Amino acid sequence: MMAKKKKAYRLKHYLREELLPTTFCQGCGCGTVLNTYAQAIEELQINPKDIVSVTGIGCSSWIPSPYFKADTLHTTHGRAIAFATGVKIMKPEANVVVIAGDGDLAGIGGNHLIHAARRNVGLAVFLINNMIYGMTGGQVSPMTPLGDKTTTTPYGNPEYPFNIAEFVAAAGANYVARWTTYHVFPLMESIQKAMTKDGFSFVEILTQCPVSYGRRVGMRTGEEFLKYFKENTINSLKAKDMTPEEIGDKIIVGKIVERNRKEFTTILREMNEERRK
Amino acid sequence: MGLREDYLKKFEGKTYFWLGDEACAYGGVFGGCNFFTGYPITPASEVAEVISGELPNVGGYHVQMEDEIASIAALIGGVWAGARGMTATSGPGFSLMQENIGYAIMTETPCVIVDVQRSGPSTGQATKPAQGDVMQARWGTHGDHNIIALAPNSVQECFDLMIRCFNLSEEYRTPVILLMDGEIGHLRERITVPSLKSIKLKKRKKGKKKDLLFGGELIPPFKEIGDGHYLHVTGSTHKENGIRDVESQKVHEKLVTRLYDKIEKNREKLVDLEEKWMDDAKIAVISYGAAARPTEGAVALLRKKRKKIGFMRLRTIWPFPREQVRALGKKVKKIYVPEMNLGQLSREIERFVDCPVVGIPKIGGIVHTIREITTAMERS
Repeated sequence: MMAKKKKAYRLKHYLREELLPTTFCQGCGCGTVLNTYAQAIEELQINPKDIVSVTGIGCSSWIPSPYFKADTLHTTHGRAIAFATGVKIMKPEANVVVIAGDGDLAGIGGNHLIHAARRNVGLAVFLINNMIYGMTGGQVSPMTPLGDKTTTTPYGNPEYPFNIAEFVAAAGANYVARWTTYHVFPLMESIQKAMTKDGFSFVEILTQCPVSYGRRVGMRTGEEFLKYFKENTINSLKAKDMTPEEIGDKIIVGKIVERNRKEFTTILREMNEERRK
Repeated sequence: MGLREDYLKKFEGKTYFWLGDEACAYGGVFGGCNFFTGYPITPASEVAEVISGELPNVGGYHVQMEDEIASIAALIGGVWAGARGMTATSGPGFSLMQENIGYAIMTETPCVIVDVQRSGPSTGQATKPAQGDVMQARWGTHGDHNIIALAPNSVQECFDLMIRCFNLSEEYRTPVILLMDGEIGHLRERITVPSLKSIKLKKRKKGKKKDLLFGGELIPPFKEIGDGHYLHVTGSTHKENGIRDVESQKVHEKLVTRLYDKIEKNREKLVDLEEKWMDDAKIAVISYGAAARPTEGAVALLRKKRKKIGFMRLRTIWPFPREQVRALGKKVKKIYVPEMNLGQLSREIERFVDCPVVGIPKIGGIVHTIREITTAMERS
């Protein structure tokens, strides 16, 4: 048999190549998100020099930091959006992107998420929802489903999870969507929408953590998660004509909201200029 | 002339009757501040109220954030995007900021944090002054670190030291704390704004492509977002190029030691203090901030009674002027330390002198009276 020449990864010029391979576990969804994100940037033809990645603490924060080659602020746990707000105020022309996990953005940093959506700051925020604190070994998160066993809910999770996408939509974001790592093509289009839409854009990306979450809830491989995402999601366009009973436990994916409120740093600049007249 | 100079020249040489907080805000603007993020808190809110009105006039931005954690986070983000920035708070907010002050130290982010100290712990006496954050300013954030903190004792000094804070933050690429107290923040007195020409602003030293962002020299030059360098900035232990390396003992030791040394090795340049009546002194009194005002009065009164007492006031609290205090400890028989806490600076002084150190503490939100200080000194 002839040895096949290994094909180089098509999008690797977007990555800090010297740091590869990634540290993500086998079956992790973070690689899928990184790939989909890089493809979205490639198709949009955004120069990575115009991107600022801001991340927090957790596995998914490693998607851009260190792997995606752009200006990168790897900040403290939960505070990425607040740091990013400061960046956007001083550099409104930059594509400021926040990629962080559910523990980071919906847990410890929930307040910053709400207020950035309320202000409608021009950030693209991708919440990588693996439903668990993965990096610390599988503790319950604000996105863990009711009843699930985790390392800190050994008898089952007594709490309800957030419907974080609806929550951010209610807080005032200009664009909100939810997809999963199974839906890579619509996810890529959604990432592009978030990157180009003025104002606060938010995409919740449901992803798999077979190592810290899946193995405690009977899904030991990434594949099982993808199958679950395929079979247990309904598109928001279809769901709007269904009753809550018909929807049941299914996850609604697709666009949640799109509106055109004026972006915060634009308003701030206009008001400051008005003052100087 | 730019927008900033055009606007600020109307203040030059004029005398005002300002609050300490107000002077602090103007000191920031004259110090080159173009970005302020904060959250309301007594007795620091007036800093935000004044600077929110003035920043648009000089092309800067003020944003009231959702809390103090967000305030310092947005401040640091703004600085990496090119801002010269500050925030102002009081004890409870200062406590909330500590984690990200550590981030600013670790990532060598120049910025200024004003702490208008109030009576604590917890909510304490929210509207009343104290000097209870001396040690929080030094040790508030976790891990080994060094810090610069200056303490004004007049409205004029709020203005002057603010400018120094900004210059030091740029020179040493580190957060600098203006450790005010509620008494000085809410004190109203005469202040003269110096000419723009007389104010020397330390410009940010910006690195070129080949320069290391976190090494190569004791204080490496700064690089900003958007310069095309693909910066990697992290609060994790990192190599000189900014890339995380949390496994190597050597990398951590080298980084954290350098961060410590850049202040430690410049201690003598950073020390700033005022001495009076020291030539013949057999006894010394050391104080700072609001407490230094009645202290100076008390020493003056005792000198009228021919007591050989000298007065030292610290304008730089951190790094601590250990050599000056050590020398003083050899010269005098006893050192008194009036301060508005139960003994924070006095403990630091004790570390460097062999003579007895007698604290004159006062808490409860009222500054010492002259008599309280003279009585305490006569008693022990």
